[in-house]
Parts: sequence; C-alpha cells; structure tokens
Amino acid sequence: MISQILFIAITLAAIALFSFNLKKVIRNIRIGKAADRTDQPQKRLMTMIRVALGQSKMVVRPIPAALHFVVYIGFVIINIEVLEIMIDGMFGTHRVFNGLGGLYNFLIGSFEILALGVWVGCAIFLIRRNILKLKRLNSPELKGWPKSDANYILITEILLMTAFLLMNAADAKLQALGAHHYITAGAFPVSQFLQNLLPGSESSLIAIERGCWWFHIIGILAFLNYLPYSKHFHILFAFPNTYFSNLEPKGEFTNMQSVTNEVKAMLDPSFTPPEAEAGRFGAKDVNDLSWVNLMNAYTCTECGRCTAVCPANITGKLLSPRKIMMDTRDRMEEVGKNIDKTGTGFEDGKSLIDDYITREELWACTSCNACVEACPINIDPLAIITDLRRYAVMEESQAPASINAMLGNIENNGAPWKYSPADRLNWAKES
Amino acid sequence: MSEKLNIEVPTMAEMIARGEEPEILFWVGCAGSYDERAQKTTRDICKILHHVGIKYAVLGTEESCTGDPAKRAGNEFLFQMQAMTNIEVLNGYNIKKIVTGCPHCFNTIKNEYPGLGGNYDIIHHTQLIQELINDGKLKAEGGESFKGKKITYHDPCYLGRGNGIYEAPRKALEVLDAQLVEMKRCKSNGLCCGAGGAQMFKEPEKGNKDINIERIEEALETNPSIIAAGCPFCMTMLSDGVKMKDQNQNVQVLDIAEITVRANGL
Repeated sequence: MISQILFIAITLAAIALFSFNLKKVIRNIRIGKAADRTDQPQKRLMTMIRVALGQSKMVVRPIPAALHFVVYIGFVIINIEVLEIMIDGMFGTHRVFNGLGGLYNFLIGSFEILALGVWVGCAIFLIRRNILKLKRLNSPELKGWPKSDANYILITEILLMTAFLLMNAADAKLQALGAHHYITAGAFPVSQFLQNLLPGSESSLIAIERGCWWFHIIGILAFLNYLPYSKHFHILFAFPNTYFSNLEPKGEFTNMQSVTNEVKAMLDPSFTPPEAEAGRFGAKDVNDLSWVNLMNAYTCTECGRCTAVCPANITGKLLSPRKIMMDTRDRMEEVGKNIDKTGTGFEDGKSLIDDYITREELWACTSCNACVEACPINIDPLAIITDLRRYAVMEESQAPASINAMLGNIENNGAPWKYSPADRLNWAKES
Repeated sequence: MSEKLNIEVPTMAEMIARGEEPEILFWVGCAGSYDERAQKTTRDICKILHHVGIKYAVLGTEESCTGDPAKRAGNEFLFQMQAMTNIEVLNGYNIKKIVTGCPHCFNTIKNEYPGLGGNYDIIHHTQLIQELINDGKLKAEGGESFKGKKITYHDPCYLGRGNGIYEAPRKALEVLDAQLVEMKRCKSNGLCCGAGGAQMFKEPEKGNKDINIERIEEALETNPSIIAAGCPFCMTMLSDGVKMKDQNQNVQVLDIAEITVRANGL
C-alpha cells in the first residue's frame, strides 16, 4: 500500500513538473510573432505522418536511420510496457496484462528484443560520437553542454533498457521458483541469458526485480522531465513541428505585408495604408521571429545534417545552420529566464544578432535551401537567417559594401550591375 | 564568344503597336541581358522559340530586375518596389505566360509575385524545351552530335530544391545519345554553385576554399566533356571554376539551351 501511494505521488509530481516546464516552453514560443500555419490541414497531417511518424527524411543516411528507427520503434512500443507498469504501480498488481495469454508472451518477448535493439543502437551511437568522432557530431558548436546532453540521453537509455532486462531476468527466475506474487507470465528471449548473473535466493531476486522496476519507471519519469532542457525534446516536438512546417516551395520567401503597405503608399499616393503597429523590419531578437522559427529551435535535435550539407560550412566558412538553431534556442531560454525573473525581461542589452549570431555567419549563406532539405523534421534555418539579414539591411543599413553597391545599382539602373537600362536589349543587336 | 543573331527579336511595345499579342513573354533577366556569356544563352533561347514558331516577345528596355538579389540580401523594400513596378508593366501588357532563362527570376515571379498582385504562368526554359521535345517539335537532329560525350548536369538551387524541377533539364539531355553521369551531390542533394542569396555580388566570407571550386572538383570527378547548366549565375561560377582548374581546354560549360541549339543545328 505504501509503495502504491509512493508510486502515485512520484508519478503525479513528475507529470506536474513536466506540465509546468512545458508551459514555460510554450510561453517562450509565443514570444514569437504570429504566423498562419493552419491552412491545408489534410496535407499537414500527411506531412506529419510521413516525416515524423514515418521518418521519411531519415533514410538519406541509412546507418543512423536504421539505428534511429530501432530506438524509435523501441520507444514507441515499450510504452505498452510502461502502461502495464503504471497500472501495476497504482493498484499493486503484478504483470496485469498477463490475462492476454499467448499475446502477452509475444509482447514481452518482442519488448525484450526491442530493448536489446535500443541498447545496441545507443551503444553504437555513443561509439560514433565519442570514439569514431564523426565530423558531423564533433563540430565546434557541440562543445560543452550539447555534447554532454547527447551522451546523457544515450547512457540513460542504455541504463533504462538494462534495468528492464534485469527486471525480467529476476522475474523469470522468481516465476521458476514459484515465489508468491510472481505469476507465470511472459517470454524472455533476451533476459534468459542474464539469469545466470543473478543470485539464487528469493529475497535477493525480489530486491533486484523491485529495484529495477522502480529504477525503470522513475528513470522514465525523470527522463520526461529532462526533455525540456534537452535536444531530446524532439521526441515530442517533431510532431507539431512537421505538422506546421512550410508547405510552400522552398524558393519562396515570405512577402512582408508591412513593407507592401509602405511601398503601395509610395507608388500610389491615393493608397492609404491600414493602421499598423510600429513593428520592426526583420529580426533583431527572438521576439521578432515567428513562433514557427522558435518552435523549430526547440525541436532541433542538433543532428547536424543541415550543417553537413551547407555549402558555406563545407568550404570552411563560419556559418552552421545547426548553430543558428541552437543559438535561437539558447537566446530564447535566456529571455525566458529573464521573464521568469522580471516579468517582461527583454532589456538585458543583448540580442540574437551579434550576441549569438555574427554578421559573418549571416552573410555566408547562399540561401540554397540544402539545410532545409536535409532536416529530418522540417526545420528551416534559412527563414531565421533571412529575417536577421532583413534587420541588418532595412533597420541598420549594415550590409557589406558590395551588397550596398548591388542594391544601389538595382535602385538606379534596374539591374544588380552598373549598366544602363537603355542597353538592356543590346544582346539582340550585337554581332 | 557572341555570334550574330539572324532573327528579329520582337519587343512587347512593337507587338502591341502592330496590334498583336504574343503567346509567351520571354523574361530575359539582368544576367541574360548584360552578362556576355549569358547573352549567348539568351540568343539561343530566342533561336529555339523562333525555330518552333512560338510567337514571343521580350520587354526590352521596359524589363527591370525582378528584385531577387535584393530580397535574398534582406532588402524587402527594394524588392517590392521592383516587383510592383514589374507587375505593373506585365499587367499593363496583359501578360499571361512567361518563359525565362534564369531560375532566380523564375522563382521570384512564380512564387513571390502572386502575393503582390502578379499572377502568371511562368516556366523555366528547360521546361519549355522538355515540352517541345515531348510534343515532337524539338529533336536532337540536324546539328552537332553529342554521341558518347560525357555530360554531367548541375542543378541550380532555385530550380531544383527551390521549386522541385529536376527532370525537365535532364530530359533535354536524355534525347542526345550522350553519356549522362550524375555528380555525387545531385538533384535534391545538389551543391550550390556559390552565387545564390546575393553571393554573386560580394566576396565570399573567408573559409578553406570557394564554393564553386568545391563544386567544380566534384563535377570534374565525373570526368565530363560537358558540364550542363541551367542558370546564368551557375554558368559564371562553373566556368570560373573550370578556368581556375585549368580544364577549359577539356571541359565545356554549356547551358541546356545552348546544347539544344547545337544538337538541332539552329
């Protein structure tokens, strides 16, 4: 009875804490400007099913795709096991689903195989990161916390899977001993090999079984609460992020309505622009970006597929699309903390541009959309880069000199080069 | 470089004055108008249009920059000024259908002009060539033979990833009886030539190498005799890369329109 109360208390506390932190994240995302992503619900749903659920963009890199798929399926399927753990924990039952009979044996057996798959997958991921030191997973922007974050996630998953398998091994042994409460249920294709490692006495086995059971479920609840601090948040955000992803052609940049009004007023004196809030042109800080950009930042898994295909990054330039997303998230977190402290909290003398993202990074972008194409969950770093450039050019007039010359030429000659408009048809006449 | 264009290129103003309407407007673009190398592609597109008997016109001196480089550089004001002025001209002539040789103009007019009141049916010249081949109006006959020549095609970002057009330019090469090879990074995984996003008009940021060099090294790995392009900016970057690698004796960079004109002896 005490353990049931304890279990319920821990579960409720974990869920409450998670809701509290999730609310903060949603508040932070809402710092962003409005953007309408509610059109074409059917197409959006299909995109989500294809890209997030079906992992369609992962396959470009087959090895991590296969490993990720095992870990992903393991995570999804094992939730059935978590459901059983929840019911057992709350009602003091044991293996409550055993009434399913043969199906139960099949389920437990397949969970074990998946658990082993997850274990092996995570171990290989750790090796890729820390021993093979893959270039994509050892970029400068991953130094410090992002590197530890990745390792913590993988180690935790390995520990959780180990606990699950040890729990089953102890359980199976207890079942064989005919121990009270340990009904005969389940098939143990993997954990049977662990049984020899365990002691023979019933009391030790119960201690191990209970210990692993508690470790497993507390571990899962702790992991849930780790998500808001981690890149691992993608396991939740991948779904809304793909649902709300950009459905327009990648080459299309947004037309800024505020500018349209001003330009119309300039070209047509009879046009009276609608009253508009004094806003900023482009983005200086996270509150100038759209909520989609900010959700993108929370969704980013820092996998670096974007950076690996970025032509600027490939040729040694400072730009890394992954860093753009990480910087946006870091700044948003900082602003969020300021808001928690002071209520409003933007006035800390910092901004996304310059304090986080340098001009050199911004101007290295060729807007080629390779990063957008490469992202397995439809994140768009280019949209952020474009908005920061808009701020630099329209609010500050701070473009590189040659860009200013090009803009001047367009303005004066209607071409980015300094040629006379009168010569525009010369190609047809020259011999 | 340039050769004489023996055909009259009609402007919209002239056509209207004659009380005629073109089937299609040829949007030449700034590079196609002023860049000496791109001018050749422009003339070749005219030759193709003339050859198949499509009634077309150009805007001539009434054309202006679409605003693409301004928009990519972040100057939305200048972009919209250009866009609205151009839309006024296009709508004034009641233009419905447009073909262009520049993926940047194509993308801007196709995707960004509708939001500002400019709705046109615009195609890239490689799409026109594909249509003409499909309709049997263009064949790879009567001109230079590309038999056995190794050709690799470089996808322009604003045609490929930007708008999902990968097959049309390849179709134009498939009719050639040439040996087509793909680079390691092609189609949706293609590598930028380094000129997009207004990079054409500035020095690259510092790094290990220029993007067009990286790209040309990849292209040369396929050991091609021709690198096919579909964008005047790619053309400049790829040609510079080939020169830099001292390969201009062995490798030609040609636009799909130029290849089509040669194959058909136009």
